[in-house]
Amino acid sequence: MKKKLLSVILSATMVAALVTGCGGGGSDAQTSAPAADNTTTDAPAADTTADAPAADTTTDAPAADNAGSGELITVGIINNDPNESGYRTANDKDLKATFTEENGYSASFAYSNDNDEQITAAQKFIQDGVDYLLLSAAGTAGWDSTLQDAQDAGVRVILFDRVIDADESFYEASIVSDMAQEGQTAVDWLESQGLDEYNIIHIQGLMGTAAQIGRSGALDDAAASKGWNIVSQQTAEWNAENAQQIVQSVIDSGESFNVIYAENDDMAKGAVAALDNANISHGVGQDVIIMGFDCNQWALQELLDQNWNYDGQCNPFQSSYIDQIIKTIEGGGTIAEKTIIMDEKGFDATEITADDVATYGI
Amino acid sequence: MQKNEVKKSNGSNILSSLLKNQICIPLAALLLLLLFNLIMDPTFFRITLEHNSAGNPVLSGFLIRILDNGSELAILAIGMTLVTAASGGQDISVGAAIAIAGSVLLRILCGSNSRPETIQAPIIVGFLVSCVAAMLFGAFNGVLVAYLKIQPMVATLILYTAGRSIAAWVNNNELPIVNDKTFTYFGSFIPGIPIPTPFIIAVACMIIMALVLKFTNLRLYTQSVGINGSSSRLNGLNPEIIKVLSFVILGICVAVVGLIKVSRISSINYSVIAKDIEMDAILAVALGGNALSGGKFNMAASIIGAYVIQCLTTTLYKFKVQSDALPAYKAVVVIILVVSSAPVVREWFSSMWKKLKLKEVG
Repeated sequence: MKKKLLSVILSATMVAALVTGCGGGGSDAQTSAPAADNTTTDAPAADTTADAPAADTTTDAPAADNAGSGELITVGIINNDPNESGYRTANDKDLKATFTEENGYSASFAYSNDNDEQITAAQKFIQDGVDYLLLSAAGTAGWDSTLQDAQDAGVRVILFDRVIDADESFYEASIVSDMAQEGQTAVDWLESQGLDEYNIIHIQGLMGTAAQIGRSGALDDAAASKGWNIVSQQTAEWNAENAQQIVQSVIDSGESFNVIYAENDDMAKGAVAALDNANISHGVGQDVIIMGFDCNQWALQELLDQNWNYDGQCNPFQSSYIDQIIKTIEGGGTIAEKTIIMDEKGFDATEITADDVATYGI
Repeated sequence: MQKNEVKKSNGSNILSSLLKNQICIPLAALLLLLLFNLIMDPTFFRITLEHNSAGNPVLSGFLIRILDNGSELAILAIGMTLVTAASGGQDISVGAAIAIAGSVLLRILCGSNSRPETIQAPIIVGFLVSCVAAMLFGAFNGVLVAYLKIQPMVATLILYTAGRSIAAWVNNNELPIVNDKTFTYFGSFIPGIPIPTPFIIAVACMIIMALVLKFTNLRLYTQSVGINGSSSRLNGLNPEIIKVLSFVILGICVAVVGLIKVSRISSINYSVIAKDIEMDAILAVALGGNALSGGKFNMAASIIGAYVIQCLTTTLYKFKVQSDALPAYKAVVVIILVVSSAPVVREWFSSMWKKLKLKEVG
């Protein structure tokens, strides 16, 4: 009796697996209804836009789109939560501005800071048969099988902002910021100031994040090789108030310093608040040099007002790069370099203009 | 407790009764930390009168920093103690609720434009509206706990998860910045008064709470509901109302803290403002020797507990503990403090003390 029940359940799950397998993965299945859907009428329509092995890439909706306007490229965009930071908000805005119908795209968006939710969203996009999957992954691991599915389904994947642990063959390109380069640009700028002595308060971001590792690494190396004195090196976890406390604590202990290297704008702001409370002057030609990162608009304004000295850009505007890559692929070209590192500037308070604030501020 | 002391003031019993007194636990911890600082570096206790960049007199020194930065936690500890006592659980959504209160405040002050030249409404109006918002969210938590009988930690998990997104939504994902000198006073110094404003606000909250506890039945009702809800119902109390009331009072505390936090940087960052403060607030209640399962409570002990936590943070900053090791150091100290304040351990200590006394007499 028990055995019989077990076998019934087993066969039921196998049938279910077969059906969902065909519907979801869209592999070259033989029998059931969903598979038949995929292999028939829609296929030619899909071929017109995506020159992929496209027999089963599209379900009904995108195919109808393609047939209707003839030209729209469907993209599924998976991003982190836009509330996460000013950087992410700007990033999301930029993507939304580029991938519009006017520019020949039909874009759908999915947001999550959770890797599993992102994977679910990716699978949905693959099922929907998008032409391109743009991905800013929340976590680096766990994407292999999803990317394999995408490849099988002929969906091209482009990574932006975040890298993942997966073989290069799974994606067309990866557009990233080089955090170490950002740090290096900042440190080079600091060196070019030619101070008599460097006594630096180093306020770190959340330990272990890519931005923290890259930006701290450059300063650590420079301090070791050039004999700069790090007065205090502590993490404020991207938090302005913690940064304020760290700087206050250095001031209270009576140590002297002339540079504050904060790994983002918020923390630089907190540090400046501490200086203001202690009547220590800061900015261009003053006692303490203030350095920040991310180029928030208000931070660039501080530069323009000469209250800060330097702000390093962390470029959130990947969409033009992505657009170019898609155009290249659509035109039959190949991408020479899979990893594309974006141009990132460092702004000096003595050279910044009001135009820069408007253009590069996020 | 104090009456007890007076009764047994015949010398030998003073210490054992002191050991039993709840407030001596956080006090001892505070003294221990201060003693450590005294031995390591007496400059810790130096307080100087200086001028900030606006030319106003301000007190400065590590002790002032502790009073300044610990005040938010102290205010939260007031509300958290009540919630703990009445509901026998903790509210883990205070950090997210602070984000909401701060966001509402900025929304009112800035209007629809996120970077106005002048504030659009009086600060008091903004604060009152944020107070109402925080009280509503507190009442929401309270209703879930009191009427639907959901575990407080689970009920507040809802707001803990959603709160920061709600806060971002209130301001349409913008990061408003207030350009008003008066607004910064709440997080720094009022011109002419060298004492940090957050500490003044905290003291005001403490006085109000002390008066409320003295002249109303709040303490009695809260404790009886916390000790035994059904028997207090039999005595004509309404346990549900008392529980909701405690959450609403915590809501007021949250709004006050939101004002201070936002004023400190004249802006807000939804994802990092008051991050993990709920854990510190719960810890403050625990350090105060209050039972986290509800019932009797000692408000003063919780408040001192809050300043102990800030004293620890400031000490760690002062000694420039390495960033990656900071949480570990904090954990070690917290374990020692919590274990030594556990009733079992205290019992053991006082019995040891008695034995010692007996031996001496013998």
